[in-house]
Amino acid sequence: MTDRPPRGNALSEGARQERRLGWLLCAPAVIVMLAVTAYPIGYAVYLSLQRYDLRFPGRAEFVGLDNYGAVLSSPFWWDAFWVTLFITGVSVAIELVLGMGLALVMHRTLFWRGTIRTAVLIPYGIVTVVAAFSWQYAWTPDLGYLAELLPEGDAPLTEQWPALWLIVLAEVWKTTPFMALLLLAGLALVPDETLKAAMVDGATAWQRFVRIMLPLMKPAILVALLFRTLDAFRIFDNIYILTAGAQDTGSVSILGYDNLFTALNLGIGSAISVLIFICVGIIAFTFVKLFGAAAPGAEVKR
Amino acid sequence: MRAVVALTLLAGTLAACGDDGDSGGRPTINWYNFPEDSGALQKAADRCSQASGGRYRIVYNKLPRAADGQRQQMVRRLAAEDDSLDILGLDVTWAAEFAEAGWIREWTGEMKRQAMEGTLRVPIQTATWKGKLYAVPYNTNTQLLWYRKDLVPDPPKTWAEMLDKARELARQRKPHYVEIQGAQYEGLTVWFNTLINSAGGSILNASATEPSLGAPAVRAASIMRELAKSPAADPSLPNQMEDANRLAMEAGVAAFQLNYPFVYPSMKANNPQLFKNFAWAPYPRVDEDRPARPTIGGIDLAVSAYSRHPDLAFEAALCLRNRENQLTAALEGGLPPTLRALYDEPAFQKEYPFHREVLAALQSASVRPRTPAYQNVSIAVSHTLSPPSEIDPESSVDTIRDQIDKALRSEGVIP
Repeated sequence: MTDRPPRGNALSEGARQERRLGWLLCAPAVIVMLAVTAYPIGYAVYLSLQRYDLRFPGRAEFVGLDNYGAVLSSPFWWDAFWVTLFITGVSVAIELVLGMGLALVMHRTLFWRGTIRTAVLIPYGIVTVVAAFSWQYAWTPDLGYLAELLPEGDAPLTEQWPALWLIVLAEVWKTTPFMALLLLAGLALVPDETLKAAMVDGATAWQRFVRIMLPLMKPAILVALLFRTLDAFRIFDNIYILTAGAQDTGSVSILGYDNLFTALNLGIGSAISVLIFICVGIIAFTFVKLFGAAAPGAEVKR
Repeated sequence: MRAVVALTLLAGTLAACGDDGDSGGRPTINWYNFPEDSGALQKAADRCSQASGGRYRIVYNKLPRAADGQRQQMVRRLAAEDDSLDILGLDVTWAAEFAEAGWIREWTGEMKRQAMEGTLRVPIQTATWKGKLYAVPYNTNTQLLWYRKDLVPDPPKTWAEMLDKARELARQRKPHYVEIQGAQYEGLTVWFNTLINSAGGSILNASATEPSLGAPAVRAASIMRELAKSPAADPSLPNQMEDANRLAMEAGVAAFQLNYPFVYPSMKANNPQLFKNFAWAPYPRVDEDRPARPTIGGIDLAVSAYSRHPDLAFEAALCLRNRENQLTAALEGGLPPTLRALYDEPAFQKEYPFHREVLAALQSASVRPRTPAYQNVSIAVSHTLSPPSEIDPESSVDTIRDQIDKALRSEGVIP
């Protein structure tokens, strides 16, 4: 739509009304968006600039960036940050490989396609907290069937590295189907004729996968990676149930939760939340700028 | 049209939520407390509702099982000024925090007099903040030394004696572990607090404005380290909480156990053979000439600042912890009472053969640091002293001092 209508006043009137109607139609959505996202984000930023501890309401004051200084100079933040990065990197990498495999299986299946797709999606359909509880019981000595397989006296959730790998396992088990689903949509982008033409030219299965399918699927892969990376970076529920962040297995979200709800320190806690928000923003920005990931459905420039 | 219907439905639901729950004009007093399984608390609520002669009805609402979960639920609702909480069952370490935040009411006048009358002194301290009473002690608890008579004919009086005995038993290849709470959690802070107070010091100064620590803290940290490095240490010490201690003692691998009285009925039920030799003694001292000061536990009842029926809530709280209800809680729920007179009650003495030692321990007991920032102080202590075998007394105490300093000024990040 252009700003100036090319001809006549009557049409300009109509266009103006149309625009007004457009604004009216999207106003409710804009208001809701402002109320549920912009306001809380703005309020968190405001709180993060205050010394505001619920236990000392009399001591509330404006402290500028002090809270950010306290968080960024705290070893607890950096421990949590590296743990989060480790979980994000490792789990997303594993999910991509497994997800691709599952997507290929779902794409190629000739029989019981619906049944297989449903079966693959089951873990994704289970509530994360419920799944996390069943993992926790499974790994608890004397209670769980998986702990039975370990040597006597092993309690994997009470040591840092075994616990971190179990968290990654729970995360991968839970979200690989989501990855597979997004990649399956990408597979649909690959035209059969192209693959057949390559076959005629003598390309091996691996060559067809690397040279034809992957480049054509690139937008779908990037979207899947972006979604999963953002999600994984904010990991909370699996850790909260499995270890509650003990033995240095806490993610940045766990750290924020502990400072907000255990320490009741709204200033420090909000600063942590804002820092997480900034990290997530940086991840999204990097994906979009470096790899040109586009929103699903958007045209990819070639 | 559909929107109108939806709105009407919504309004109906909201109106239902807003209902006071006043059945026939009788106000409901909502009591939030830890979940208790014997039914003693429910019984007390029913009795008091009955005794009020129709003036109020007490509903016992069960909080989550873990202490952190209990605190979080109450804190969130109080921060939102929820008026559906009336009586709050607070852990003994929370009164200062809730009082400073303005979430609970001060006890004054006649109510205060009734709350203090006949109540043990140390539990009252836990409910006091800046010289004002903010809660009434409900139940209390403290640790004793439990030991095996067949291995140790005379119980040790001091930590040094106990560790020597354990070493001797180890040389004789007999069960020799000293079972204590060494995991990184509140129990580790309790151990440190008991030792530092027994050594004549404290974690915070009297006005709770800065850390005190000093030589007694170094002494306490050294004892913890010495135990962890000696043959007396259970290999899983850095992961052990109260229940793991109990199980180790029942399994027969330990000679000593520092734990709460719940281990006694449990030993009776689970290992009748060992039970014959299961004995108790006062908590070991740090110095021979100074009594030990074991840390006190338990629950205090407070009245929410947002309660719609504060006067009735004060009255109901006093009823819930009256003599009859505390006796039921002690006999059926195993909760040691806070009323001095109950320790002379024959029914109680029969159920608690160790009542004399518990009472003596309670009278010389110590409280944990009283400050609104207690959670941070406790985390600073347990985080620094875990695992106990890696304590470096001087530098660990310096670290604790530094972290407590920050916590008291609301500056630090907690792990």
